[in-house]
Parts: sequence; structure tokens; C-alpha cells
Amino acid sequence: MSQLDVQSDSHAPDHGHDHDHPPHLGHHWENPKQQFEAGKLGMWLFLATEVLLFGGLFCAYAVWRSNHPEIFKYGSQYLDTFWGALNTCVLLISSMTMAMAVTFAARGKNLAVVICLILTLLGAGGFMGIKYIEYSHKFHEGLMPGMAFYDQPNASHLWLPIDEEGRQAHEHELMVTAASNEAFASEMESRNELPPAPVTAEPSVIAPAGTGLTGLTTNDLDWEKSELGTFLPPKLVDTLENQEPMLEFAESEHAPGAEPHLAHPLQDPQRPPNAQKFFTIYFLMTGLHGIHVIGGGIVISWLLLLTLRGRFSKGYYTPIDLGGLYWHIVDVIWIFLFPLFYLI
Amino acid sequence: MSDHHDGHDSGGHAVPHKMLIITCVALLFLTAVTVWASSLDFDTLQMPGINVFIAMAIASVKVLIVALIFMHLRWDRSFTGLLFVSSIFFVALFISFAITDTKEYQPQVFQSDSPEVQQKIDELDHSLDGSGGHGEGHGGSGH
Repeated sequence: MSQLDVQSDSHAPDHGHDHDHPPHLGHHWENPKQQFEAGKLGMWLFLATEVLLFGGLFCAYAVWRSNHPEIFKYGSQYLDTFWGALNTCVLLISSMTMAMAVTFAARGKNLAVVICLILTLLGAGGFMGIKYIEYSHKFHEGLMPGMAFYDQPNASHLWLPIDEEGRQAHEHELMVTAASNEAFASEMESRNELPPAPVTAEPSVIAPAGTGLTGLTTNDLDWEKSELGTFLPPKLVDTLENQEPMLEFAESEHAPGAEPHLAHPLQDPQRPPNAQKFFTIYFLMTGLHGIHVIGGGIVISWLLLLTLRGRFSKGYYTPIDLGGLYWHIVDVIWIFLFPLFYLI
Repeated sequence: MSDHHDGHDSGGHAVPHKMLIITCVALLFLTAVTVWASSLDFDTLQMPGINVFIAMAIASVKVLIVALIFMHLRWDRSFTGLLFVSSIFFVALFISFAITDTKEYQPQVFQSDSPEVQQKIDELDHSLDGSGGHGEGHGGSGH
């Protein structure tokens, strides 16, 4: 826009206006309405790509949750509904002030536009502030995404192995997997005419070759834990191996007075396997959304600057309108994220 | 240009402030409703998982309100709305196909298709109920 303005200003003396047109109208447009409609169409196209961008993550969420509903039910307890609901309210109110800014701009009341934009900016800052409180709490508690969830140097001596109850939700699925693996293996064996693997009473190493996990024996772990052991870092496998003394230590040091959902899931033997998956998708989706909030904050600051410089009038406020659309789509995405993570 | 005619110079629409405030109050109310609805327990009605559908229905209503009023879709050309709805439609298509696909992996297919595997599952189920230890399922690939 500023480019167009500069151009039309600099060409003004020599291009011989035989028509009257406002300074904000690019020369390639018929009239301000056409210019505005084209800009709006472009903005909506961009918003559609934003929907598709988040759609990929919503799809990942849907697939993970349909496969492991217990992980989402469990992980959601570690999110504070109060902060989530407060953030929803902050974004909804800032959406309203943004829409008000557009209305004021259409009526040419620039002072009111400035006030509304400042309020919207405060909403963006408030949202990120609350997100900062939540994120720093998660980092402090070690509720990290991915394998960082298991990499807890200060608390590793407190890790408790998953017990029967924690496994219950997973049991059927794991059984089916193991059964099909076993059926497959026995069929392969029969095809190759090899004798079946000897079953010994002695502890035998059950970690598959190439995983680098040795010392894991059938005496320490049943087959389900060995399943877990194939993709857990050695540190946790150590903990699993030495579970008896650690269990006592953990109980004596941590259990009294510790609120169940303030403790790290690794200290909870009833956590479902792969509980870290919840935090992975949580940080991915809220993180990408947070980046959009920051982007929206930058856009609003820029609009504020332009308004203060008196660039907008009753006849031309397209950037405020389109920036507002962007701010509303950020709100729209959060409206879906809030129940999907906080309200399970 | 008079005030009651506002915005139409550049094609934009000025939504009255009163309407914006009412919209925001309605959205805040729906937020409270969705928090309340999440605490309802439908498990006794044999409808587990219905909470997520309620939450998504409320969220969809909220998004509809935001799009129609805050984002001016109500006053825009219908083509703009079509653009937005089609993007959501394709995301819905993407998710539903992915969900359909994720239910089709081997263990589940085996379970229903092959009586021999179902027999193995039953045997394993039985042995787990009894002694518990069963380390051979993964030992096979080790040597």
C-alpha cells in the first residue's frame, strides 16, 4: 500500500490527472471498492491456507487420539482448565475490540481506533503472558514434548515403572499386536523348517539385537515391558531393572503430601505408556498458535503505528479490516484448541 | 458521507458496537457452557466419547458466530464464505480419511479376519490371566 501511495504521489505532477481519485487508490483499480474487495479476497485466500496448515496438525491430533484415547485423557489432567478458559476469554474480548476498531475506522474515528488497537494488543500480550506462565510451569515440572519427557536428570531416581493398572488401557492393543507378531513369527519359522526357539527357565536376554539394550532379562520384565524397553532410553530401562529399591525411595521421599497431578507422570505408576505423546501434540499445536498470536501482535502494532500517523480515513482503512480478519482466525483456531486439550 | 451509511465507500461494513458486544457476551457464555459440558459424565449412558462431540459442536457454533459477525461474512459476497467453508471442508475430508485409514492396520484386521490369530489372542489372554510372564513374543527376532 505504501508503495502504491508513494508511486501515485511521485507521479502526481506529470501524469496529468483528468480524473479525481483518492491518494490511496492504486492506478490499476477502477475504484476503492474494487481495490478493497481484491485485497479482502487475497486475505481470505491466505486465511484458507492457514486453516489447511492447522488442519494437518488437527489431523495428527485426531489420529493419535483415536488410537490412544487414554493418553489424552491422562495428559489433559496436567493442563489447568482455569488458564485455558481465561486465555479463551482474553482472545474473545480482544477479537471484539479488534472488530470495534474496524467499525470505528469505518466511521473515521481515529482516536477510538487507536484505543481499540491498544486494547487488542494488550489482549495479545495477555494471552502470551498466560501462555508463558503455563509453558514455564510445564518446563519446570518436566512435562516436555517427545523423548525429552523421559530425560529428567533431576528426577530420574524417582521414576516408577508402569504397573498393571496403568497398563490396563493398553493391554488389549498390546496383546493383539504381540499375538499377531507371534503368529507371524511362528509362520515364518514353520516355513523355514527351523525348530522353535527354546524356552528356558533361565533369564534370557530379550532386547532385540541392534537396540543397544543389554542386560534386560525376562526375570526383570515381562514381555510388555520389553516392548516398552525397545524404544525407551537406557536410563529408564535402568530404572525399570532396579525397580524395587527405587520404589521405596520414591515412596518415602515423594509420596507424602504430593498432589497426584502435580507429580511428574514418570512418578506415577498408573500413567499409560507413551504419556509423552500428549505433550508433544500439545506443544506443537499451541506453539504454532502462539507464533500466530505473536504475528498478530506485530500486525496490530503496525496498524497502530499507521493509525497514529494518520494514514487511515473513513474512505480507506483496508489494512485495519484485513489485519482484523487475521486476528479473528487466530481466535477461531484457539476456540478449537481449548476444548481439545484442556477439556478432556 | 453520513454516519448511517458508513463504510460503504470502500466496500467494508461497519458492524454496530452494540451487536459486537452482544456477540462477545454470547461467545463468553458459550465458553462457560463448553467448560460445564466437559464435566458431564455420559459413561453411564453407554455413550463414552460423546463429550468431545458436544465440545466440537459448541466450538463450531462459536466459530460460526465469529466468522459471521466479527469477520463480516454475513455482509460479504457469498464467494468469500464459500472460500472459507471449502477450506474447512477439505480439512474435514482429510481428517475423516486419515481416521478411517488408521483403523485398518494389521492387528485389527487380523483380529476380525483370521480365526487362527483370534485363537492365538485367546491363548495369550489366558496365559496372561494365569502366570503373567511371557517373554517369547519378542525373543523370536533376536537370534
